[in-house]
Amino acid sequence: MSQLTRRGVRIDDSFAEAFPMAGTGLVVTAPTRKWALIAAQTATGYATSVIACDCEAGIDRELSPKETPDGRPGVRILAFGFSTKGVEKALVNRVGQCLLTCPGTAVFSAMDGDVKIKVGDSMRQFGDRWQISKAVDGKRFWRVPVMDGEFLVESQVGVVKKCVGGGNLLVMGEDWDKTMRATEAGVAAIAKVPDTITPFPGGIVRSGSKVGSKYKGMSASTNDAYCPTLRGVTKSALDPDIGCVLEIVIDGLSNEAVADAMRAAIKAIVALGPKNGAKRIGAGNYGGKLGPFHYHLKDLLS
Amino acid sequence: MKPLVLTLRNKPSQRLDLSKLTPDRLLGKSAKEIETIDLATTKVAAKVGDFFKVRAGDPHELRFEGGSERLDFVGAKLLPGYAIQIEGDVGMGLGRQARGGTIKINGDAGAYVASGMTAGRIEIDCDAGDFLAAPFAGELAGMAGGRVIVRGSVGARAGDRLRRGIVVIEGDAGEDLGSRAIAGTIVLIGEASGRLGYLNKRASLVLAQRRDFGPTYVDCGAHQLAFAKLFSRALSEDSRRAARLLSQRLQRYAGDTAVYGKGEILTPA
Repeated sequence: MSQLTRRGVRIDDSFAEAFPMAGTGLVVTAPTRKWALIAAQTATGYATSVIACDCEAGIDRELSPKETPDGRPGVRILAFGFSTKGVEKALVNRVGQCLLTCPGTAVFSAMDGDVKIKVGDSMRQFGDRWQISKAVDGKRFWRVPVMDGEFLVESQVGVVKKCVGGGNLLVMGEDWDKTMRATEAGVAAIAKVPDTITPFPGGIVRSGSKVGSKYKGMSASTNDAYCPTLRGVTKSALDPDIGCVLEIVIDGLSNEAVADAMRAAIKAIVALGPKNGAKRIGAGNYGGKLGPFHYHLKDLLS
Repeated sequence: MKPLVLTLRNKPSQRLDLSKLTPDRLLGKSAKEIETIDLATTKVAAKVGDFFKVRAGDPHELRFEGGSERLDFVGAKLLPGYAIQIEGDVGMGLGRQARGGTIKINGDAGAYVASGMTAGRIEIDCDAGDFLAAPFAGELAGMAGGRVIVRGSVGARAGDRLRRGIVVIEGDAGEDLGSRAIAGTIVLIGEASGRLGYLNKRASLVLAQRRDFGPTYVDCGAHQLAFAKLFSRALSEDSRRAARLLSQRLQRYAGDTAVYGKGEILTPA
Protein backbone atom coordinates (compact mmCIF):
# COMPACT_ATOMS: atom_id res chain seq x y z
CA MET A 1 0.00 0.00 0.00
CA SER A 2 1.38 3.40 -0.93
CA GLN A 3 1.87 5.55 2.10
CA LEU A 4 2.53 9.09 3.19
CA THR A 5 4.61 9.87 6.23
CA ARG A 6 3.97 12.61 8.74
CA ARG A 7 6.42 13.07 11.63
CA GLY A 8 7.49 9.49 11.17
CA VAL A 9 3.92 8.15 11.32
CA ARG A 10 2.90 6.27 8.18
CA ILE A 11 -0.51 7.26 6.78
CA ASP A 12 -2.17 4.72 4.50
CA ASP A 13 -3.47 5.92 1.15
CA SER A 14 -6.84 4.54 2.12
CA PHE A 15 -10.27 5.77 3.13
CA ALA A 16 -12.90 5.22 5.79
CA GLU A 17 -16.25 4.13 4.44
CA ALA A 18 -19.29 5.31 6.36
CA PHE A 19 -23.04 4.89 6.20
CA PRO A 20 -26.12 7.10 6.45
CA MET A 21 -27.91 6.98 9.78
CA ALA A 22 -30.68 8.83 11.57
CA GLY A 23 -29.38 10.75 14.54
CA THR A 24 -30.90 12.51 17.49
CA GLY A 25 -29.76 14.08 20.70
CA LEU A 26 -30.84 14.98 24.19
CA VAL A 27 -29.70 17.51 26.72
CA VAL A 28 -29.86 15.83 30.11
CA THR A 29 -29.64 18.10 33.14
CA ALA A 30 -29.53 17.42 36.87
CA PRO A 31 -29.03 19.39 40.09
CA THR A 32 -25.34 18.43 40.10
CA ARG A 33 -22.74 17.65 37.45
CA LYS A 34 -22.24 14.25 39.06
CA TRP A 35 -25.84 13.19 38.51
CA ALA A 36 -26.02 14.67 35.03
CA LEU A 37 -23.03 12.50 34.10
CA ILE A 38 -24.48 9.41 35.77
CA ALA A 39 -27.71 9.93 33.84
CA ALA A 40 -25.91 10.42 30.53
CA GLN A 41 -23.61 7.45 31.02
CA THR A 42 -26.48 5.17 31.97
CA ALA A 43 -28.64 6.30 29.06
CA THR A 44 -25.84 5.69 26.55
CA GLY A 45 -24.85 2.29 27.92
CA TYR A 46 -24.91 -0.88 25.77
CA ALA A 47 -25.05 1.24 22.61
CA THR A 48 -21.81 0.49 20.79
CA SER A 49 -22.98 -0.85 17.47
CA VAL A 50 -26.34 -1.23 15.77
CA ILE A 51 -25.32 -4.79 14.85
CA ALA A 52 -26.87 -5.92 18.12
CA CYS A 53 -27.71 -2.78 20.13
CA ASP A 54 -30.85 -0.73 19.55
CA CYS A 55 -28.77 2.33 18.68
CA GLU A 56 -25.28 3.77 18.82
CA ALA A 57 -25.06 6.37 21.53
CA GLY A 58 -22.54 8.40 23.42
CA ILE A 59 -21.77 11.64 25.17
CA ASP A 60 -21.13 14.55 22.81
CA ARG A 61 -20.04 16.99 25.50
CA GLU A 62 -20.71 18.39 28.93
CA LEU A 63 -22.70 21.61 29.19
CA SER A 64 -22.20 24.32 31.78
CA PRO A 65 -25.28 25.63 33.63
CA LYS A 66 -25.19 28.66 31.33
CA GLU A 67 -25.68 26.47 28.24
CA THR A 68 -28.65 24.40 29.42
CA PRO A 69 -32.33 25.38 29.09
CA ASP A 70 -32.96 25.17 32.86
CA GLY A 71 -29.66 26.57 34.12
CA ARG A 72 -28.46 23.33 35.70
CA PRO A 73 -25.36 21.28 34.81
CA GLY A 74 -26.03 19.14 31.76
CA VAL A 75 -24.69 16.67 29.25
CA ARG A 76 -25.47 16.48 25.54
CA ILE A 77 -25.88 12.92 24.36
CA LEU A 78 -26.33 11.71 20.78
CA ALA A 79 -27.96 8.53 19.53
CA PHE A 80 -27.86 7.06 16.03
CA GLY A 81 -29.92 4.32 14.39
CA PHE A 82 -30.73 2.94 10.96
CA SER A 83 -34.13 4.64 10.80
CA THR A 84 -36.11 7.40 12.49
CA LYS A 85 -38.51 4.76 13.84
CA GLY A 86 -35.65 2.73 15.23
CA VAL A 87 -34.11 5.73 16.93
CA GLU A 88 -37.49 6.71 18.40
CA LYS A 89 -38.02 3.27 19.91
CA ALA A 90 -34.50 3.15 21.31
CA LEU A 91 -34.73 6.65 22.74
CA VAL A 92 -38.12 6.16 24.37
CA ASN A 93 -36.89 2.96 26.05
CA ARG A 94 -33.69 4.60 27.20
CA VAL A 95 -35.39 7.74 28.53
CA GLY A 96 -37.98 5.59 30.27
CA GLN A 97 -35.54 3.19 31.90
CA CYS A 98 -32.45 5.35 32.42
CA LEU A 99 -33.52 8.99 32.69
CA LEU A 100 -37.02 8.92 34.16
CA THR A 101 -35.55 6.66 36.83
CA CYS A 102 -32.42 8.74 37.46
CA PRO A 103 -32.74 11.14 40.44
CA GLY A 104 -33.01 14.83 39.59
CA THR A 105 -32.88 14.66 35.82
CA ALA A 106 -34.71 16.72 33.20
CA VAL A 107 -34.62 15.92 29.49
CA PHE A 108 -34.58 18.38 26.58
CA SER A 109 -34.28 18.02 22.84
CA ALA A 110 -30.75 18.85 21.72
CA MET A 111 -31.69 19.84 18.17
CA ASP A 112 -34.59 20.97 15.99
CA GLY A 113 -33.81 18.32 13.37
CA ASP A 114 -35.66 17.40 10.16
CA VAL A 115 -38.51 15.49 11.84
CA LYS A 116 -39.78 15.12 15.38
CA ILE A 117 -40.12 11.98 17.45
CA LYS A 118 -42.31 11.61 20.51
CA VAL A 119 -40.28 11.24 23.66
CA GLY A 120 -42.04 13.12 26.45
CA ASP A 121 -45.35 12.36 24.79
CA SER A 122 -44.61 8.66 25.24
CA MET A 123 -43.46 9.14 28.82
CA ARG A 124 -46.24 11.32 30.19
CA GLN A 125 -48.66 8.53 31.02
CA PHE A 126 -46.34 7.43 33.78
CA GLY A 127 -47.87 10.41 35.59
CA ASP A 128 -51.18 8.55 35.83
CA ARG A 129 -53.14 11.71 34.94
CA TRP A 130 -51.20 13.83 37.44
CA GLN A 131 -48.82 14.94 34.66
CA ILE A 132 -48.92 18.61 33.71
CA SER A 133 -48.17 20.04 30.27
CA LYS A 134 -46.27 23.33 30.03
CA ALA A 135 -45.61 25.17 26.78
CA VAL A 136 -42.98 27.85 26.34
CA ASP A 137 -41.40 29.35 23.20
CA GLY A 138 -43.19 26.89 20.91
CA LYS A 139 -42.00 23.84 22.81
CA ARG A 140 -44.07 21.61 25.02
CA PHE A 141 -42.84 19.95 28.19
CA TRP A 142 -44.33 17.39 30.52
CA ARG A 143 -44.02 17.60 34.26
CA VAL A 144 -44.36 14.06 35.53
CA PRO A 145 -44.63 13.74 39.32
CA VAL A 146 -42.02 11.33 40.71
CA MET A 147 -40.76 10.56 44.19
CA ASP A 148 -38.00 13.22 44.23
CA GLY A 149 -40.21 15.95 42.78
CA GLU A 150 -40.94 16.25 39.08
CA PHE A 151 -39.44 14.69 35.97
CA LEU A 152 -39.42 17.38 33.28
CA VAL A 153 -39.26 16.04 29.73
CA GLU A 154 -39.68 17.73 26.36
CA SER A 155 -42.63 16.33 24.44
CA GLN A 156 -40.84 15.96 21.12
CA VAL A 157 -37.22 15.58 20.12
CA GLY A 158 -35.70 16.44 16.74
CA VAL A 159 -34.11 13.85 14.46
CA VAL A 160 -31.53 14.65 11.80
CA LYS A 161 -32.04 12.25 8.93
CA LYS A 162 -28.73 12.61 7.11
CA CYS A 163 -26.23 11.62 9.75
CA VAL A 164 -23.08 9.60 9.27
CA GLY A 165 -22.21 6.39 11.11
CA GLY A 166 -19.01 4.42 10.93
CA GLY A 167 -16.28 6.97 10.26
CA ASN A 168 -13.15 5.21 11.51
CA LEU A 169 -9.42 5.15 12.01
CA LEU A 170 -7.15 2.13 12.50
CA VAL A 171 -4.34 3.02 14.86
CA MET A 172 -1.36 0.68 14.57
CA GLY A 173 1.61 0.57 16.87
CA GLU A 174 4.41 -1.52 18.27
CA ASP A 175 2.62 -2.79 21.36
CA TRP A 176 -0.61 -2.37 23.33
CA ASP A 177 0.65 0.41 25.61
CA LYS A 178 1.97 2.64 22.84
CA THR A 179 -0.97 2.01 20.53
CA MET A 180 -3.40 2.71 23.36
CA ARG A 181 -1.62 5.95 24.19
CA ALA A 182 -1.99 7.15 20.61
CA THR A 183 -5.61 5.98 20.32
CA GLU A 184 -6.60 7.63 23.57
CA ALA A 185 -5.08 10.87 22.30
CA GLY A 186 -7.18 10.52 19.15
CA VAL A 187 -10.38 9.90 21.15
CA ALA A 188 -9.64 12.88 23.40
CA ALA A 189 -9.26 15.07 20.31
CA ILE A 190 -12.59 13.85 18.91
CA ALA A 191 -14.32 14.57 22.22
CA LYS A 192 -13.67 18.25 21.55
CA VAL A 193 -15.32 18.13 18.11
CA PRO A 194 -19.02 19.03 18.42
CA ASP A 195 -21.77 16.80 17.00
CA THR A 196 -19.70 13.61 17.12
CA ILE A 197 -19.51 10.59 19.40
CA THR A 198 -17.26 7.54 19.67
CA PRO A 199 -19.73 4.89 20.81
CA PHE A 200 -17.38 2.04 21.71
CA PRO A 201 -15.90 1.46 25.20
CA GLY A 202 -13.77 4.50 25.92
CA GLY A 203 -14.24 5.37 22.25
CA ILE A 204 -12.09 2.43 21.17
CA VAL A 205 -12.84 -0.95 19.56
CA ARG A 206 -10.35 -3.80 19.34
CA SER A 207 -12.49 -6.32 17.48
CA GLY A 208 -12.59 -4.84 14.00
CA SER A 209 -14.58 -7.05 11.65
CA LYS A 210 -14.60 -8.05 8.02
CA VAL A 211 -17.64 -8.96 5.95
CA GLY A 212 -18.42 -12.71 5.88
CA SER A 213 -17.19 -15.73 7.80
CA LYS A 214 -16.15 -19.35 7.32
CA TYR A 215 -19.21 -20.27 9.36
CA LYS A 216 -22.57 -20.40 7.65
CA GLY A 217 -24.95 -17.60 8.59
CA MET A 218 -22.41 -15.32 10.20
CA SER A 219 -22.31 -12.04 8.33
CA ALA A 220 -19.24 -10.64 10.01
CA SER A 221 -16.14 -12.07 11.66
CA THR A 222 -12.75 -10.99 12.95
CA ASN A 223 -10.66 -8.89 10.59
CA ASP A 224 -7.81 -11.41 10.39
CA ALA A 225 -5.77 -9.17 8.06
CA TYR A 226 -5.30 -6.81 11.01
CA CYS A 227 -4.83 -9.39 13.78
CA PRO A 228 -1.16 -9.22 14.83
CA THR A 229 -1.06 -12.82 16.08
CA LEU A 230 -2.03 -14.09 12.61
CA ARG A 231 0.54 -12.02 10.73
CA GLY A 232 2.40 -15.03 9.40
CA VAL A 233 -0.48 -17.36 8.65
CA THR A 234 -3.02 -15.09 6.95
CA LYS A 235 -2.92 -12.54 4.16
CA SER A 236 -1.94 -9.86 6.63
CA ALA A 237 -2.16 -6.10 6.14
CA LEU A 238 0.32 -5.53 8.94
CA ASP A 239 3.98 -4.64 8.70
CA PRO A 240 6.59 -6.47 10.82
CA ASP A 241 6.78 -3.58 13.28
CA ILE A 242 3.08 -3.59 14.14
CA GLY A 243 2.06 -5.52 17.24
CA CYS A 244 -1.32 -4.01 18.07
CA VAL A 245 -4.21 -2.42 16.19
CA LEU A 246 -7.00 -0.36 17.75
CA GLU A 247 -9.90 1.26 15.95
CA ILE A 248 -11.78 4.47 16.64
CA VAL A 249 -15.34 4.49 15.28
CA ILE A 250 -17.06 7.87 14.86
CA ASP A 251 -20.73 8.74 14.42
CA GLY A 252 -21.64 12.30 13.62
CA LEU A 253 -24.61 14.51 12.88
CA SER A 254 -23.09 15.59 9.57
CA ASN A 255 -20.48 14.65 6.99
CA GLU A 256 -18.39 17.66 8.03
CA ALA A 257 -18.52 16.77 11.73
CA VAL A 258 -17.15 13.27 11.06
CA ALA A 259 -14.44 14.62 8.76
CA ASP A 260 -13.47 17.20 11.40
CA ALA A 261 -13.33 14.49 14.06
CA MET A 262 -11.07 12.27 11.93
CA ARG A 263 -8.86 15.24 11.11
CA ALA A 264 -8.53 16.12 14.81
CA ALA A 265 -7.73 12.52 15.76
CA ILE A 266 -5.08 12.11 13.05
CA LYS A 267 -3.47 15.38 14.12
CA ALA A 268 -3.31 14.25 17.75
CA ILE A 269 -1.94 10.81 16.87
CA VAL A 270 0.68 12.22 14.52
CA ALA A 271 1.71 14.79 17.13
CA LEU A 272 2.55 11.96 19.53
CA GLY A 273 5.03 10.49 17.03
CA PRO A 274 5.97 6.83 16.37
CA LYS A 275 8.32 6.36 19.32
CA ASN A 276 5.74 6.64 22.08
CA GLY A 277 2.60 6.27 20.01
CA ALA A 278 1.42 4.84 16.72
CA LYS A 279 3.63 3.91 13.81
CA ARG A 280 0.88 3.80 11.25
CA ILE A 281 -2.68 5.06 10.68
CA GLY A 282 -5.14 3.28 8.41
CA ALA A 283 -8.88 3.25 7.81
CA GLY A 284 -11.51 0.58 7.31
CA ASN A 285 -13.57 0.25 4.18
CA TYR A 286 -15.44 -2.35 2.15
CA GLY A 287 -14.06 -1.36 -1.23
CA GLY A 288 -16.19 1.74 -1.40
CA LYS A 289 -19.31 0.05 -2.74
CA LEU A 290 -21.38 -0.21 0.45
CA GLY A 291 -21.27 3.21 2.05
CA PRO A 292 -21.81 6.56 0.36
CA PHE A 293 -19.43 8.50 2.63
CA HIS A 294 -15.71 8.14 1.92
CA TYR A 295 -13.09 9.85 4.06
CA HIS A 296 -9.67 9.70 2.38
CA LEU A 297 -6.92 9.99 4.97
CA LYS A 298 -4.69 12.01 2.66
CA ASP A 299 -7.41 14.70 2.48
CA LEU A 300 -7.57 14.90 6.26
CA LEU A 301 -3.92 15.71 6.90
CA SER A 302 -3.69 19.25 8.15
CA MET B 1 -36.76 50.38 5.10
CA LYS B 2 -38.58 52.92 7.24
CA PRO B 3 -41.65 51.84 9.22
CA LEU B 4 -45.16 52.71 8.16
CA VAL B 5 -46.34 55.48 10.49
CA LEU B 6 -49.90 56.45 11.39
CA THR B 7 -50.00 59.69 13.33
CA LEU B 8 -53.19 60.52 15.21
CA ARG B 9 -54.40 63.99 14.16
CA ASN B 10 -56.60 64.68 17.17
CA LYS B 11 -58.58 62.86 19.84
CA PRO B 12 -61.24 60.72 18.10
CA SER B 13 -64.81 61.90 18.63
CA GLN B 14 -66.06 58.29 18.63
CA ARG B 15 -64.72 54.76 19.09
CA LEU B 16 -62.68 53.51 16.13
CA ASP B 17 -62.33 49.86 15.19
CA LEU B 18 -58.80 49.53 13.77
CA SER B 19 -58.97 45.80 13.07
CA LYS B 20 -58.71 46.55 9.33
CA LEU B 21 -55.28 48.08 9.84
CA THR B 22 -53.30 44.91 10.51
CA PRO B 23 -49.94 45.22 8.75
CA ASP B 24 -50.48 42.31 6.35
CA ARG B 25 -53.51 44.08 4.90
CA LEU B 26 -51.50 47.24 4.33
CA LEU B 27 -48.77 45.55 2.27
CA GLY B 28 -48.32 47.20 -1.11
CA LYS B 29 -50.72 50.05 -0.34
CA SER B 30 -49.74 53.67 -0.79
CA ALA B 31 -50.30 56.27 1.91
CA LYS B 32 -53.25 57.59 -0.12
CA GLU B 33 -54.84 54.16 -0.39
CA ILE B 34 -54.46 53.57 3.34
CA GLU B 35 -56.09 56.92 4.10
CA THR B 36 -59.19 55.92 2.14
CA ILE B 37 -59.81 52.69 4.10
CA ASP B 38 -63.21 52.79 5.83
CA LEU B 39 -63.17 52.30 9.59
CA ALA B 40 -65.94 50.78 11.64
CA THR B 41 -67.18 53.39 14.08
CA THR B 42 -69.97 53.93 16.57
CA LYS B 43 -71.64 57.08 15.17
CA VAL B 44 -70.50 58.63 11.90
CA ALA B 45 -68.84 56.80 9.00
CA ALA B 46 -65.13 57.56 8.85
CA LYS B 47 -61.98 56.82 6.91
CA VAL B 48 -58.42 56.34 8.18
CA GLY B 49 -57.46 59.72 6.73
CA ASP B 50 -60.03 61.48 8.89
CA PHE B 51 -58.10 60.61 12.01
CA PHE B 52 -54.60 59.63 10.97
CA LYS B 53 -51.84 61.15 8.91
CA VAL B 54 -50.19 58.26 7.05
CA ARG B 55 -46.49 58.22 6.25
CA ALA B 56 -45.67 55.45 3.79
CA GLY B 57 -43.21 52.77 4.79
CA ASP B 58 -42.77 49.07 5.38
CA PRO B 59 -45.91 47.67 7.06
CA HIS B 60 -43.77 44.92 8.63
CA GLU B 61 -43.05 47.64 11.15
CA LEU B 62 -46.21 49.59 11.82
CA ARG B 63 -45.99 52.56 14.15
CA PHE B 64 -48.83 54.47 15.74
CA GLU B 65 -47.77 57.92 16.91
CA GLY B 66 -50.26 59.23 19.42
CA GLY B 67 -52.90 57.04 21.01
CA SER B 68 -56.30 57.21 22.57
CA GLU B 69 -58.38 54.87 24.68
CA ARG B 70 -60.89 55.00 21.82
CA LEU B 71 -58.66 53.05 19.41
CA ASP B 72 -60.03 49.51 19.53
CA PHE B 73 -58.65 46.24 18.13
CA VAL B 74 -55.18 47.49 17.31
CA GLY B 75 -53.14 44.54 16.04
CA ALA B 76 -56.14 42.21 15.87
CA LYS B 77 -55.34 38.98 13.99
CA LEU B 78 -51.69 40.02 13.72
CA LEU B 79 -49.56 37.52 11.80
CA PRO B 80 -46.02 36.26 12.47
CA GLY B 81 -43.26 38.48 11.12
CA TYR B 82 -45.03 41.77 11.76
CA ALA B 83 -44.38 44.29 14.52
CA ILE B 84 -46.60 47.07 15.80
CA GLN B 85 -45.39 49.86 18.04
CA ILE B 86 -47.77 52.29 19.70
CA GLU B 87 -46.78 55.60 21.27
CA GLY B 88 -49.78 56.27 23.47
CA ASP B 89 -52.88 54.50 24.76
CA VAL B 90 -55.26 52.08 23.06
CA GLY B 91 -58.80 50.92 23.72
CA MET B 92 -60.13 47.39 23.97
CA GLY B 93 -59.01 44.26 22.15
CA LEU B 94 -55.31 45.01 21.66
CA GLY B 95 -53.83 42.02 19.81
CA ARG B 96 -57.15 40.19 19.82
CA GLN B 97 -56.81 36.80 18.11
CA ALA B 98 -53.23 37.61 17.12
CA ARG B 99 -51.46 34.67 15.50
CA GLY B 100 -47.90 35.92 15.90
CA GLY B 101 -45.78 39.02 15.66
CA THR B 102 -45.01 41.54 18.36
CA ILE B 103 -46.92 44.49 19.78
CA LYS B 104 -45.25 47.06 22.01
CA ILE B 105 -47.16 49.90 23.58
CA ASN B 106 -45.81 52.59 25.89
CA GLY B 107 -49.22 53.67 27.20
CA ASP B 108 -52.28 52.05 28.74
CA ALA B 109 -54.40 49.37 27.06
CA GLY B 110 -58.11 48.81 27.57
CA ALA B 111 -60.01 45.61 28.24
CA TYR B 112 -59.53 42.28 26.48
CA VAL B 113 -55.85 42.58 25.63
CA ALA B 114 -54.64 39.38 23.90
CA SER B 115 -58.14 37.93 23.96
CA GLY B 116 -58.09 34.75 21.89
CA MET B 117 -54.44 35.29 20.94
CA THR B 118 -52.74 32.07 19.79
CA ALA B 119 -49.13 33.19 19.37
CA GLY B 120 -47.00 36.31 19.47
CA ARG B 121 -45.81 38.74 22.06
CA ILE B 122 -47.46 41.81 23.57
CA GLU B 123 -45.62 44.18 25.87
CA ILE B 124 -47.47 46.96 27.67
CA ASP B 125 -45.38 49.59 29.46
CA CYS B 126 -48.28 50.91 31.55
CA ASP B 127 -51.59 49.38 32.70
CA ALA B 128 -54.12 47.07 31.05
CA GLY B 129 -57.87 46.92 31.62
CA ASP B 130 -60.16 44.11 32.68
CA PHE B 131 -60.25 40.66 31.09
CA LEU B 132 -56.64 40.49 30.00
CA ALA B 133 -56.15 37.32 27.89
CA ALA B 134 -59.81 36.40 28.44
CA PRO B 135 -62.41 35.25 25.91
CA PHE B 136 -65.26 37.37 24.61
CA ALA B 137 -68.71 36.50 25.92
CA GLY B 138 -69.77 33.19 24.42
CA GLU B 139 -66.28 32.03 23.52
CA LEU B 140 -64.93 28.95 25.25
CA ALA B 141 -61.28 29.84 25.69
CA GLY B 142 -59.21 32.97 26.21
CA MET B 143 -55.62 33.37 25.13
CA ALA B 144 -54.29 30.11 23.69
CA GLY B 145 -50.60 30.85 23.23
CA GLY B 146 -47.95 33.52 23.11
CA ARG B 147 -46.76 35.88 25.77
CA VAL B 148 -48.12 39.06 27.37
CA ILE B 149 -45.99 41.28 29.59
CA VAL B 150 -47.64 44.12 31.50
CA ARG B 151 -45.27 46.44 33.36
CA GLY B 152 -48.11 48.13 35.21
CA SER B 153 -51.28 46.78 36.76
CA VAL B 154 -54.23 44.98 35.24
CA GLY B 155 -57.97 45.04 35.85
CA ALA B 156 -60.30 42.32 37.04
CA ARG B 157 -60.47 38.74 35.74
CA ALA B 158 -57.07 38.73 34.06
CA GLY B 159 -56.33 35.29 32.61
CA ASP B 160 -60.00 34.30 32.66
CA ARG B 161 -60.29 30.99 30.79
CA LEU B 162 -56.64 31.24 29.80
CA ARG B 163 -55.86 28.16 27.75
CA ARG B 164 -52.14 28.31 26.96
CA GLY B 165 -49.31 30.85 26.98
CA ILE B 166 -47.66 33.05 29.55
CA VAL B 167 -49.00 36.24 31.18
CA VAL B 168 -46.58 38.32 33.25
CA ILE B 169 -47.95 41.17 35.36
CA GLU B 170 -45.32 43.26 37.12
CA GLY B 171 -47.85 45.49 38.89
CA ASP B 172 -51.01 44.53 40.78
CA ALA B 173 -53.95 42.48 39.56
CA GLY B 174 -57.63 43.29 39.97
CA GLU B 175 -60.20 40.87 41.33
CA ASP B 176 -60.25 37.17 40.47
CA LEU B 177 -56.92 36.69 38.71
CA GLY B 178 -56.88 33.45 36.71
CA SER B 179 -60.56 32.75 37.16
CA ARG B 180 -61.74 29.63 35.31
CA ALA B 181 -58.26 29.27 33.78
CA ILE B 182 -57.98 26.13 31.68
CA ALA B 183 -54.16 25.96 31.53
CA GLY B 184 -51.20 28.24 30.90
CA THR B 185 -49.05 30.30 33.23
CA ILE B 186 -49.68 33.62 35.01
CA VAL B 187 -46.88 35.38 36.90
CA LEU B 188 -47.85 38.23 39.24
CA ILE B 189 -45.26 40.38 40.97
CA GLY B 190 -47.62 42.84 42.67
CA GLU B 191 -50.65 42.24 44.84
CA ALA B 192 -53.80 40.33 43.99
CA SER B 193 -57.31 40.81 45.27
CA GLY B 194 -60.55 38.84 45.31
CA ARG B 195 -60.73 35.11 44.65
CA LEU B 196 -57.38 33.99 43.26
CA GLY B 197 -57.53 31.22 40.68
CA TYR B 198 -61.25 30.77 41.19
CA LEU B 199 -62.25 27.49 39.46
CA ASN B 200 -58.75 27.20 38.00
CA LYS B 201 -58.51 23.88 36.15
CA ARG B 202 -54.87 23.29 35.18
CA ALA B 203 -53.13 26.68 35.10
CA SER B 204 -50.07 27.70 37.10
CA LEU B 205 -50.34 30.97 39.01
CA VAL B 206 -46.96 32.16 40.21
CA LEU B 207 -47.26 34.89 42.83
CA ALA B 208 -44.45 36.90 44.35
CA GLN B 209 -46.60 37.71 47.37
CA ARG B 210 -48.12 35.14 49.62
CA ARG B 211 -51.66 35.42 50.93
CA ASP B 212 -54.61 33.26 51.89
CA PHE B 213 -55.78 31.28 48.88
CA GLY B 214 -58.95 29.94 50.47
CA PRO B 215 -59.83 26.38 51.46
CA THR B 216 -59.94 24.95 47.91
CA TYR B 217 -56.17 25.35 47.44
CA VAL B 218 -54.21 22.68 49.31
CA ASP B 219 -50.59 22.96 50.42
CA CYS B 220 -48.25 20.50 48.67
CA GLY B 221 -44.97 21.68 50.21
CA ALA B 222 -41.93 23.59 49.01
CA HIS B 223 -39.98 22.32 46.01
CA GLN B 224 -37.23 23.10 43.53
CA LEU B 225 -39.11 22.67 40.26
CA ALA B 226 -37.14 22.08 37.07
CA PHE B 227 -39.93 23.56 34.98
CA ALA B 228 -39.79 26.81 37.01
CA LYS B 229 -36.07 27.07 36.27
CA LEU B 230 -36.81 26.54 32.58
CA PHE B 231 -39.44 29.28 32.65
CA SER B 232 -37.13 31.52 34.64
CA ARG B 233 -34.57 31.31 31.87
CA ALA B 234 -37.21 31.75 29.14
CA LEU B 235 -38.52 34.91 30.83
CA SER B 236 -35.16 36.42 31.75
CA GLU B 237 -35.19 38.91 28.89
CA ASP B 238 -38.85 39.87 29.27
CA SER B 239 -39.05 40.35 33.00
CA ARG B 240 -36.12 40.10 35.37
CA ARG B 241 -38.46 40.13 38.35
CA ALA B 242 -40.49 37.22 36.99
CA ALA B 243 -37.29 35.33 36.23
CA ARG B 244 -36.01 35.85 39.76
CA LEU B 245 -39.33 34.75 41.25
CA LEU B 246 -39.32 31.52 39.23
CA SER B 247 -35.73 30.68 40.10
CA GLN B 248 -36.61 30.33 43.78
CA ARG B 249 -37.78 27.38 45.82
CA LEU B 250 -41.55 27.48 45.49
CA GLN B 251 -44.39 26.49 47.78
CA ARG B 252 -46.97 24.60 45.75
CA TYR B 253 -50.70 24.89 46.46
CA ALA B 254 -52.74 22.54 44.28
CA GLY B 255 -56.17 23.66 43.15
CA ASP B 256 -58.75 24.79 42.53
CA THR B 257 -59.95 21.54 44.10
CA ALA B 258 -63.51 22.78 43.61
CA VAL B 259 -62.91 21.67 39.99
CA TYR B 260 -60.08 19.37 38.74
CA GLY B 261 -57.47 20.42 41.28
CA LYS B 262 -54.78 19.98 38.65
CA GLY B 263 -53.83 23.64 38.64
CA GLU B 264 -51.51 25.26 41.14
CA ILE B 265 -50.50 28.44 42.89
CA LEU B 266 -46.75 28.80 43.43
CA THR B 267 -45.26 31.31 45.86
CA PRO B 268 -41.75 31.74 47.27
CA ALA B 269 -41.25 29.24 50.08
